[in-house]
Amino acid sequence: MGLITNEFLLERIKQEFGDAIRVADFPYGMLTLVIEPSRIVDILRWLHEDSILKMRFLTDICGSHYPDLIDHELCVVYHVHSLENNLRLRIKAFIPVTNPEIPSATAVYSSANWMERETYDFYGVIFTGHPNLKRILNVDEMDYFPLRKEYPLEDATRTDKEDHYFGR
Amino acid sequence: MNQLEVKDKDVNVGAVLRNGEDYEADYTIINLGPTHPATHGVFQNILTMDGEIVIDSEQTVGYIHRAFEKIAERRPYYQITPLTDRMNYCSSPINNMGWHMTVEKLIGVEIPKRAQYMRVIIMELARITDHLVCNAVIGVDAGALTGFTYMFQWREKIYDIYEQICGARLTTNIGRIGGMERDFNNEVYRLIELFLKEFPKGFQEFGNLLERNRIFYDRTVGSGPITGERALNYGFTGPNLRAAGVDYDVRVMNPYSSYQDFEFDIPVGLNGDTYDRFMVRQHEIWESLKIIRQALDNMPEGKHFADVPEFYLPPKQDVYNNMEALIWHFKIIMGETDVPKGEIYHAVEGGNGELGFYLVSDGGRAPYKLHFRRPCFIFYQAFPEMIKGGMLSDAILTLSSLNVIAGELDA
Repeated sequence: MGLITNEFLLERIKQEFGDAIRVADFPYGMLTLVIEPSRIVDILRWLHEDSILKMRFLTDICGSHYPDLIDHELCVVYHVHSLENNLRLRIKAFIPVTNPEIPSATAVYSSANWMERETYDFYGVIFTGHPNLKRILNVDEMDYFPLRKEYPLEDATRTDKEDHYFGR
Repeated sequence: MNQLEVKDKDVNVGAVLRNGEDYEADYTIINLGPTHPATHGVFQNILTMDGEIVIDSEQTVGYIHRAFEKIAERRPYYQITPLTDRMNYCSSPINNMGWHMTVEKLIGVEIPKRAQYMRVIIMELARITDHLVCNAVIGVDAGALTGFTYMFQWREKIYDIYEQICGARLTTNIGRIGGMERDFNNEVYRLIELFLKEFPKGFQEFGNLLERNRIFYDRTVGSGPITGERALNYGFTGPNLRAAGVDYDVRVMNPYSSYQDFEFDIPVGLNGDTYDRFMVRQHEIWESLKIIRQALDNMPEGKHFADVPEFYLPPKQDVYNNMEALIWHFKIIMGETDVPKGEIYHAVEGGNGELGFYLVSDGGRAPYKLHFRRPCFIFYQAFPEMIKGGMLSDAILTLSSLNVIAGELDA
């Protein structure tokens, strides 16, 4: 347990998917890769089946919205975990908000089903190949994606809660 | 254990079809929930039934979705703690501590050993309440109400301890970023000692009532099973994963808050059925008691908070009499302290499994993005696969043994 280091993990992924990796970083001790969105399922499947890494556990999928990054505003964040090596890996894929499509990981991980539905529900990310991509936590009639940054949280008509009074 | 045989018998022999030869037209669709006494929470299941056998099911979740992730994007860090209370409300302190530890990891604070041990005691008490509620409710759904009424008295006793520590009982908001809000007083120690002395007797009685009970055995063994491999693929964590035979526990794998100092076992099941889930939780309660005992005996001396004036509120007396304390107080309350930029994932072992916090900070007063990895939300999607081919009454038991908490499901 714990014999594999982040550096080894990065080297091993680079050998296989060197062309798909755009950025690699280690914020707070977790290897974080920014990858080519179209390759995500290949990478996840390879990580799942690789005989050394054995990243069999999908911890989490969630979205994130960066309106300032033109043409790759939406980010889908995957956390995978190798229970045998006790090593976590974060993979991020940036996609444009105008065409928010990314392949679905449901074929590799059953748990991806609802996580992807949740990400779709809040950020409008279309997971191609998902068996049942519909809203999960919000009402079906909703016609926007509420966690995107253009939707402010508080009621815009209120005048007693101006941002500068609260240092924001 | 014999579900498949039961199913074969019922499906293939002796069915009288009301709709001619079309067997599937004879299925009944029933609606279980959203509010139903047997579901213990607000979620709906639409079941396709062949007589008493569940053929298929579809879940609707989101009835108590409160948009915590959106709200968190407008709140200073310390104001997010009360939001986490309301996720798994059966063990709020674990959620609170998980959040504090995430922020502490982000700002790079190591809190004193004493505060870590205090947190361990509180988290293990919370784990006991969580498992007690789940196991008592399994008993209720199997027809044994007695254990439930007794176990809830013990839960109240733990809530009395919380009340002495932080003033609240259910949604606790316990602890602070950088430590604990106050040291344990003598009454807390007295109540915990009393609990450790008397609870084992009552709990043993509860165990005797169900663990080897023939009726309970027949109801639970083999109902709602899942293999270890499927459970992993479905992202199971916590007691539900361990009942399927996979020994993954965040407390051991990535120790936080000094869990490496304690001696305890991780109970593991074999078949991943309702009985194994029940037994894993029973044994975890004993292990939690062991941890609390060790933490009390080895409680280190020292302060109960770290030296982080920009996050940890100064004592009220100082705020009135000391200029610097007043400034810090004001800055914390108004959310004007600087937080480093960063991206972080921190997980703790919640009552139901790995409770994770994915936090992106852009240096502002509130998180840029906060995502809760809620164990319930992830493993509840395996429910249709687990109840398929079983009886409706097994489905109810499976649901309660998974311990799906509506607040955590929907966030």
